[in-house]
Amino acid sequence: MSRTLGRPDLPDDTEQGPVPVLDVRGLTKEYKVGRLGRQKVVHALTSVDLTLERGQVLGLVGESGSGKTTFARTVTYLERPTAGEVILLGRSLPLRPTQRRLREQRSQVQMIFQDPYTSLDPLRTVRYTVSRPLRSLGEVPRRALHEAVEELLQMVGLVPPGEFLRRYPYQLSGGQRQRVGIARALAAHPALLLADEPTSMLDVSIRLTIMNLLLDLQRSQSLSLVFVTHDLAGASYMSDQIAIMYAGHLMEVGPASEVMGDPRHPYTQLLQQAAPDPGSDVGRADRFEARGDPPDLTVVPPGCPFAPRCPQARSECQEALPQWRQVGPSHRVRCVLYG
Amino acid sequence: MAELLEISGLTIGYGWKGRPMVTVVRDVDLALGAGEVLGVAGESGCGKTTLALAASGLLDPPGQVLSGSVRFQGKDVLSLSPKELRGLHLSEISMVFQASMNVLNPVMRIRDQFLDAMKYHGVSDRAEAEARAREMFDLVRIPQRFFGAYPHQLSGGMRQRAVIALALVLHPKVLFLDEPTTALDVVVQRSILQMLNDLRRQLDFGVMFITHDLSLLVEIADRVAIMYAGAVVEEAPARELYEKPRHPYTEALMKAFPPLGGERRRLEGIAGQPPDLRHLPSGCSFAPRCPKVIAGTCETIEPPVVEWSQGHRAVCHLCSQEEARVV
Amino acid sequence: MRAFFSNRLAMVGLGILVFFGLVALLAPYIAPYSPTDINFTPMLPVSANHLLGTTSQGNDIFSQLIYGARASLFVGLVAGAIMAMVQLVMGVFSGYVGGWTDAVLSTIVNVFLVVPGLVLLIIIAAYLPQRGLTTIIVILAVTGWAWGARVLRAQAISLRDRPFVEAARMSGEGRWRIVLGHIVPNMFGVIAANFFGAALYAVLAEAGLEFLGLGNINSVTWGTMLYWAENGDAVLMGQWLYLLLPGLCILLLGTAFGLLNFAVDQVANPRLRRN
Repeated sequence: MSRTLGRPDLPDDTEQGPVPVLDVRGLTKEYKVGRLGRQKVVHALTSVDLTLERGQVLGLVGESGSGKTTFARTVTYLERPTAGEVILLGRSLPLRPTQRRLREQRSQVQMIFQDPYTSLDPLRTVRYTVSRPLRSLGEVPRRALHEAVEELLQMVGLVPPGEFLRRYPYQLSGGQRQRVGIARALAAHPALLLADEPTSMLDVSIRLTIMNLLLDLQRSQSLSLVFVTHDLAGASYMSDQIAIMYAGHLMEVGPASEVMGDPRHPYTQLLQQAAPDPGSDVGRADRFEARGDPPDLTVVPPGCPFAPRCPQARSECQEALPQWRQVGPSHRVRCVLYG
Repeated sequence: MAELLEISGLTIGYGWKGRPMVTVVRDVDLALGAGEVLGVAGESGCGKTTLALAASGLLDPPGQVLSGSVRFQGKDVLSLSPKELRGLHLSEISMVFQASMNVLNPVMRIRDQFLDAMKYHGVSDRAEAEARAREMFDLVRIPQRFFGAYPHQLSGGMRQRAVIALALVLHPKVLFLDEPTTALDVVVQRSILQMLNDLRRQLDFGVMFITHDLSLLVEIADRVAIMYAGAVVEEAPARELYEKPRHPYTEALMKAFPPLGGERRRLEGIAGQPPDLRHLPSGCSFAPRCPKVIAGTCETIEPPVVEWSQGHRAVCHLCSQEEARVV
Repeated sequence: MRAFFSNRLAMVGLGILVFFGLVALLAPYIAPYSPTDINFTPMLPVSANHLLGTTSQGNDIFSQLIYGARASLFVGLVAGAIMAMVQLVMGVFSGYVGGWTDAVLSTIVNVFLVVPGLVLLIIIAAYLPQRGLTTIIVILAVTGWAWGARVLRAQAISLRDRPFVEAARMSGEGRWRIVLGHIVPNMFGVIAANFFGAALYAVLAEAGLEFLGLGNINSVTWGTMLYWAENGDAVLMGQWLYLLLPGLCILLLGTAFGLLNFAVDQVANPRLRRN
């Protein structure tokens, strides 16, 4: 059983071109916090529009509170969006899907979780964990399970697979656990993988091996990948496209080379300046200017959410949310500086 | 330069009843001068946090110092009584550890925590204490209106700055920082580090900065020491370490950070895992994972300490004898 | 598992439990006479024939003490098990499902929590026509399950949000499979501790009810022995062992369950262990 996982049996491409694997429109997510009478609304995601073509890697970059994790959780339907549309492989997902529809969706989009130390059931063996999606989503018969699990373990580099089948999470290192998590996600044969900061809890030397594994798998299995991270350099390494988020809003989207080489949005520029870069010149640290603190998500800003901290802010920035401006064939920025 | 803090041959172990002692720090020599930033980098389990705890006199059982000394301005920190240590903390040696923002007493106003600390160390005049504390607030760029607030009323970044302010209010000579900004956003992190740099120039204290983020250290430290499996494997001026790493582990670690710009090239991590400290391999502890391992030598013989004239040393068999002087 | 057997508290508790278990099982062989046999002279003092003397009715006290173990163990274990199961179902279901189900179930739990258990116990027992162990077990289960349910609900909620449970959802596992396959197994420590806590409560409450005369006064249990000892003015008659020993047995059995409760807690939560 060695067919590629990328689902070659996808919906036919239309005359307008190939169907994108993911098409998000106006995605919004709000949470209520606090007790009765003192309730506040957290605007975790506000009207996000994003498209991902098949076989591409999108790096979703943002700091904590930017909404990137919420994005991952709503696209994979761990949580229901408040508004907006999630269109997977041409089919829109209803706000309240049936169990069957949800299972279909789970076999198209899978999530790789951030913390390898809490995303595996400590009481279950590797074999059990990886075989669950095969049984629940893939309806693989019991006798074929063993071979299927071994094949998956092989794919993620846990060799010899027979040795890892019977192990419990506490017998695995962080990197190995994360590989099990990837194998589990692949077991569902998804077309799209959402990796929520898959390397931030791992040691530095292990991070690259996992990132490379994801890239290799993505290419060999024709998968699409959304790589959620706060690390701009990591996103740059992994991605074809980069999207920058701030306070629940998308700020800049474009090809990785363009966004990294010529960042347009002041926030993207700030992120670049703030990120460690040993190759840069010595006086760099002193040229950094940033003010203020991360935004309060319970307050809906009148205009651009970044305006209070933006070194290039103008008066019009606080008046209304800036429109999207196209600065390249597939590069757009939400900033008044480019209108 | 007169050494402010001198760590010599420090060996630390963790011991529980009925189980053999595990050595987590092996024979470490490090020195910190006034106004200097010494970075200590390494991954989980390398011993850097234990080292910092012991050097600041905060190591508790089951950890214990097995041998070696930590001299602060000539005095051996490890032989001080608890009372003497308390007198030293905050006024001479200060520390800010990871997620320190939770170190602030949540039911006490920040102002009172400052005043308390200063009173204990002899600043009895309340007006003077308050003035110094407020000055500190300015230096760390927290708005004065938060002076009388409770910790939960400040954001994470501000709390961390408050903790740093508290650590510096008595103008200590040495500051230990252990992952002070890991839990914070990269933008906030950068502004805090910038602030620390300015303060260091103003108040002239030495900093031992411990982190796993080597790329950060290269930017902000004067000298960097790399630790692996409890021992220092390389130490050099930051710039020099970046341009000419001598130890294969340092080299591999440097390459493990994707660059921010430039063309996209495939990079490799380091295969395998850090060794189990209970069963350290003989010879060089990095040999099982080393891409440049010399078969027959590295796994059996302990590598020598090789020193270059620019204050650069590495513990490795590969380093040629002609360029260097074997210590 | 290994940790459990190397835990001193667990071993002491288990030891006491096994001791009483053996006494209960081997009662017919250990006891010199039948406990209900009233052919003996009443109110006899301690002697070789009657190690603890006889009751005011003429029963051999020592035999009664031995057979009494059966009742207390039975009630302790059975009532404990029933309570543990009810707690489990209410708590876990309520915690995992959340929403309206949780709101309704939690209200029920709160009602049972607020009503003073001991008072309810006594009142119900006083009004029921049928007296006996089964009745007691039912009453105990009905009044004593609430607190444990709360604890289990809290645990279930905390587990529900753990990444590995979310990952199980992502793997397509159904709700029941997740609850039974992931949540309950990871709660085993709390569930076991709850069981022992419930058993402890059952043993003591049963003894209390019987001492008050609300059990079947003709049955052979430690609590009933205390009732008769009190009624027959045992202390006045010099039969202080009659009063002391059943109480001591109740205490020991209760302690056994208590120790096991502590031990399971310690083993399940490494932070509670002393190094």
